Amino acid sequence: MNSSRLTKFLIPVFAVLLGVIAGSIVMLVSGYNPIAGYSALLYGSFGDSYYIGETIRQTTPYILAGLAVAFAFRTGLFNIGVEGQLIVGWLASVWVGVSLDLPKVIHLPLAILAAAAAGALWAFIPGFLKARFKVHEVIITIMMNYIALHVTNAIIRSVLSDKGFKSETVHPSASLQSEFLQSITDYSTLHYGIIISLIGAIIMWFLLEKTAKGYELRAVGFNQHASQYAGMNVPRNIILSMVISGAFAGVAGAMEGLGTFGNISVKAGFTGIGFDGIAVALIGSNNAFGIILSALLFGALKVGALEMPSSADVPTELVDIVIALIIFFVASSYLIRLLLSRFKKEGK
Amino acid sequence: MKKKRMGLALSLVLAAGTLLSGCGNDENAGEKKDSFTVAMVTDVGGIDDKSFNQSAWEGLQKFGEENGMKKGKDGYDYLQSQSDTDYATNLNKLVRSDYDLIYGIGYLMTDAITKIAEQKPKNHFAIVDSTVDKPNVASITFKEHEGSFLVGVVAGLTTKTNKIGFVGGMEIPLIEKFESGFLAGVKSVNPNAKVEVQYAGAFDQADKGKAIASSMYASGIDVIYHAAGATGNGVFSEAKDLKTKDPNRELWVIGVDKDQAPEGEVTVGGKTYNVTLTSMVKRVDVAVYDVAKKAKEGQFPGGKTLEYGLPENGVGIAPTQDNIKPEVLKAVDEWKQKIINGEVKVPSTRDEYKKFEASLK
Repeated sequence: MNSSRLTKFLIPVFAVLLGVIAGSIVMLVSGYNPIAGYSALLYGSFGDSYYIGETIRQTTPYILAGLAVAFAFRTGLFNIGVEGQLIVGWLASVWVGVSLDLPKVIHLPLAILAAAAAGALWAFIPGFLKARFKVHEVIITIMMNYIALHVTNAIIRSVLSDKGFKSETVHPSASLQSEFLQSITDYSTLHYGIIISLIGAIIMWFLLEKTAKGYELRAVGFNQHASQYAGMNVPRNIILSMVISGAFAGVAGAMEGLGTFGNISVKAGFTGIGFDGIAVALIGSNNAFGIILSALLFGALKVGALEMPSSADVPTELVDIVIALIIFFVASSYLIRLLLSRFKKEGK
Repeated sequence: MKKKRMGLALSLVLAAGTLLSGCGNDENAGEKKDSFTVAMVTDVGGIDDKSFNQSAWEGLQKFGEENGMKKGKDGYDYLQSQSDTDYATNLNKLVRSDYDLIYGIGYLMTDAITKIAEQKPKNHFAIVDSTVDKPNVASITFKEHEGSFLVGVVAGLTTKTNKIGFVGGMEIPLIEKFESGFLAGVKSVNPNAKVEVQYAGAFDQADKGKAIASSMYASGIDVIYHAAGATGNGVFSEAKDLKTKDPNRELWVIGVDKDQAPEGEVTVGGKTYNVTLTSMVKRVDVAVYDVAKKAKEGQFPGGKTLEYGLPENGVGIAPTQDNIKPEVLKAVDEWKQKIINGEVKVPSTRDEYKKFEASLK
């Protein structure tokens, strides 16, 4: 048991290392200095308080998006629609934040709950279609992403602004932004959302591991037929799982809406956070604690990558490739598992 | 087991720490900066968008070269944004590198600049295409509607099918300036022409530009004006594809921001054609150069809004005009004078355009 847990932990670590090595080969081949490149990456993500603040800020929505993907995955569902659920959550949180005037203790939780509800509703549709008509959730969730993007843009233009391209800023009573956090990180965009996302991770862990409902959800994920035979209501569990997953995604959107930006603007394309959430969940092996770590890795890569062009002259395109390589190796953990087991056999 | 994990985590952190301290930017430490430095943050288009960002970078490069500066931290530089979360991070990164003047290239950076300018009142910023009312921000805007009016005149007089297309990037007030001016130009010289307006919803998606152009050309439109940054590259590629299939077909693209004649070149059967009718140039480079120069001379126009229009040569019709008929060029000159004299007031919003259109009848 112990050694298998160790392997579980080692696989992602090795994967990241392999990705880093492959990335340096790419940089070497294209004539850039990998040491300079990676030190820029490190400096740009943890170099000083400002960068640490930015990294944590970027990590915040990644944790929640990763939780959303992982929650559905543990129940045997592929929620590719986290992106769309995140966008509607973002919209809902800003909407509540802009249009209501309440004391902070009510306003802020209400805005976050609105985001969760919007995300949940968006995920309910594919969940319902899956449970009732056996429509594959991957297709529906992908399509729902586009609907979310364009409907949100239309609402921003027509309802939240006067044909403008962004909404007003949310009232301070609904804002997660914090002057204190900004001041200790030299005016980074760090906000209180990180606390909410950590609570989210605890909720997911508790729900899945410590409650009877969570046991049921996981059982459905392992084997639908057996669960049904055991008397569980499989369709209802599928819908429930999607709804909870969507709620996490919606809250991830609220982090952007109430924290990072404080408003919502017309989007030219997807934010990418929802899609990255799939990789975050994968690397974190769908485990709440693992997701926090892998979200941190993603946040650091995203923020640190911005430093690479300016201080190491690595072009942005190459930075994308290097980061993709790291993700690639992490995702292909099977290969690493194989290698690890070989080593072990030889050791014995 | 727990202890082992902690140990591993600790050693990772330590390893990271050593790497960091080993490779710190020692060259900057203790060095006192005395020369003028300037940098810019692009939006998601990047400096090779063949359009707006590229033009800004060219202006900065010209400024740098003339003043014997080097690209990099002690001279002039740029940072490219990958998504809109990067604007603030990139701007702050430049602030922290102590640049004397920092440009935010594009309307979309308005919020980020406003906030950072407030937090860092001692730094100097400039924003292109938007106004930020802060004493340490110079706002650079253009009268795109005036330049668009002139290419509208060209389009209105060149079309044979009386069908003209407009492809916008995002539906934001800035691009509506292009749209309104263009429509006014077309209608002023050719009231029968129909203009189809479509927005791609993005400035960096050439595939969408190509798809829109494809349906427009198929519907009989023969001139398309794009104000869509890198999305517009798709319009060019569609026009070139169609030209390759049928070199005799007359179809045109009107470029934007830069002289986009090089984008329109296509060789079919050994003969070179160019689908670029002309371009509405917006001299972002001139403005960027101008403000950098002023700042270097200690006359940074903070808190002011600089508006570049036709008289300042901030907007206008591109120098490459080979595909325009001489009589059309004459008309362009006449209208240009009328605008400069104030005889014609070019609409800059959709509402103003409606009034303008009504006044034509």
